[in-house]
Amino acid sequence: MTTKPVQTAIEVVGLRKAFGDKVVLDGLDFEVPRGTVFSLLGPNGAGKTTAVQILSTLIGADGGEARVAGRDVARDPDGVRRAIGVTGQYSAVDGLLTGRENLILMADLYRLGRAEGRRRADALLERFDLVEAAGKLASTYSGGMRRKLDIAMTLVAEPQIIFLDEPTTGLDPRSRRAMWEMVRSLVAGGVTIFLTTQYLDEADRLADRIGVLNGGRLVAEGTSEQLKRMVPGGHVVLRLAGPDGLDAAARVLPASARDDEALTLQVPSDGGVRSLRALLGRLEDEAIEVEEFSVHTPDLDDVFLALTGDTAGDAGDQQDDERKAASR
Amino acid sequence: MTPISQAMADSATMLRRNLRHALRYPSLSVSSIITPILFLLLFVGVFGKALGKGVGGVDYIDYVTPGIILMAVASGCMSPSVAVAVDMTEGVIARFRTMPIARSSLLTGHVVGSMMQTLISLVLSVLAAVAMGYRPDAGLGGWLGAAGLMVLLTFALTWFAVALGLLAKGPEGASNSPLLIQFLPFLGSAIVPPDSMPAGVRWFAEYQPFTPMIEALRKLLMGQPAGHDAAVSVAWCVGVAVVGYLWSKRLFNRDPSR
Repeated sequence: MTTKPVQTAIEVVGLRKAFGDKVVLDGLDFEVPRGTVFSLLGPNGAGKTTAVQILSTLIGADGGEARVAGRDVARDPDGVRRAIGVTGQYSAVDGLLTGRENLILMADLYRLGRAEGRRRADALLERFDLVEAAGKLASTYSGGMRRKLDIAMTLVAEPQIIFLDEPTTGLDPRSRRAMWEMVRSLVAGGVTIFLTTQYLDEADRLADRIGVLNGGRLVAEGTSEQLKRMVPGGHVVLRLAGPDGLDAAARVLPASARDDEALTLQVPSDGGVRSLRALLGRLEDEAIEVEEFSVHTPDLDDVFLALTGDTAGDAGDQQDDERKAASR
Repeated sequence: MTPISQAMADSATMLRRNLRHALRYPSLSVSSIITPILFLLLFVGVFGKALGKGVGGVDYIDYVTPGIILMAVASGCMSPSVAVAVDMTEGVIARFRTMPIARSSLLTGHVVGSMMQTLISLVLSVLAAVAMGYRPDAGLGGWLGAAGLMVLLTFALTWFAVALGLLAKGPEGASNSPLLIQFLPFLGSAIVPPDSMPAGVRWFAEYQPFTPMIEALRKLLMGQPAGHDAAVSVAWCVGVAVVGYLWSKRLFNRDPSR
């Protein structure tokens, strides 16, 4: 494999889009380096699908600039199209063709030639475990099989940059894991992935960088670790046997926050074994009875909820759904 | 690869896709292919005796066959409308739009596929008419002229029907709008001479585009000169084809978000 110079795969500056008077993207800025996974995370209606549709040249933006593979999406859409593959949220397979015919259709449209097209189609059927279903109409496939065929169609042309719009929504746990493995193997091969998801663990597992989208803006951007540092840190919650115990524990652990009603004490902690052992040791020394003990490390859920507040799932939902229907 | 050869290659790929669809779900194709033959049986076999009294001097089958051929073309334009509207609901269209292919190839594939189907239907109608006693007097020139006119008309109506299919909100809407086109030959000289119609309808029948086409076809197949009617027909066809093509292209290329 030849090493390529580090390069920006996707570059977005001040991207804006409104549908009627509903602003969906309100000045989006980010960069995705080549060969990395960027995940756009956000509640329903945040504008994730709209961002994918603009970057994949399906719809036009109202303002701002977007360059994909070094090409401007508005000025050179065909240049962008030559470099990308897209798997949307809604299945983009031809239901009246068989799985194998769908793949060969892609190969023909990319003008790979008869022999090479068939070779790639068969290799992808093998890779996605669709060999048995290859001769059946795609309309008879299950949701998971359709999704696999969809991704396989995206891979026929071996694109450098792949957009995956909520690729695991509606998949069973086994298929989700298979999808994650596939993403990892693509990235290992130098492909850049732009992934949207509502699943925090998915972004956490796959993404090099995560952008949290809310109300058309990126409210945070960074690695999963950086984002987790943005919210209050980890802690331990102790539930004591009674008010006396709570008083005693609060004296021993002055940095803690107490809740008299629930008889709990929240103690800052990094969650490590050594510090937990020390903490329990001090309570033991004072003979304080602990009824219940739980460790909380901050996860992306905390970040997500802290950053997106309660605006999640407002009127934007409907707009985004209409958007998806209109761009069929 | 030049843009033109690229567009041709992509259109051929899309045509293969459409033909495969048609073979897999033949009901729409079969119904549009046999409809004109049923009309022929109906108008010649069932109503022929009564209707024949109104055309004066010629065998009714000789009068009505050109009308039926035209109706074969008009009813053939239903299938691209519905096929395009159904296709637009498929997720795979969004994928095509993000691929580096000739934009118009999807529509061209539909048009060529549908024209093949309509022309098959037309040939079968002529064969059925001949089997039922139709005896045209045309020489080679007349036949070639008639064939050329019908191919041109099919091309024009098919592009127009594609535009209607793109305009429709869904397959149901798309199956309604071409009804008007299918109905028009009845209000022309397809079945009976316009002279026999009430004044208002007669005026419409004389000026609507299908009448000169039916007349031109009738004369060409009778081996008579069709000069004026043929010229008017060709002008109509070119006009409808240009409008249908440009309108389809515009509808297909509009930003789906606006």
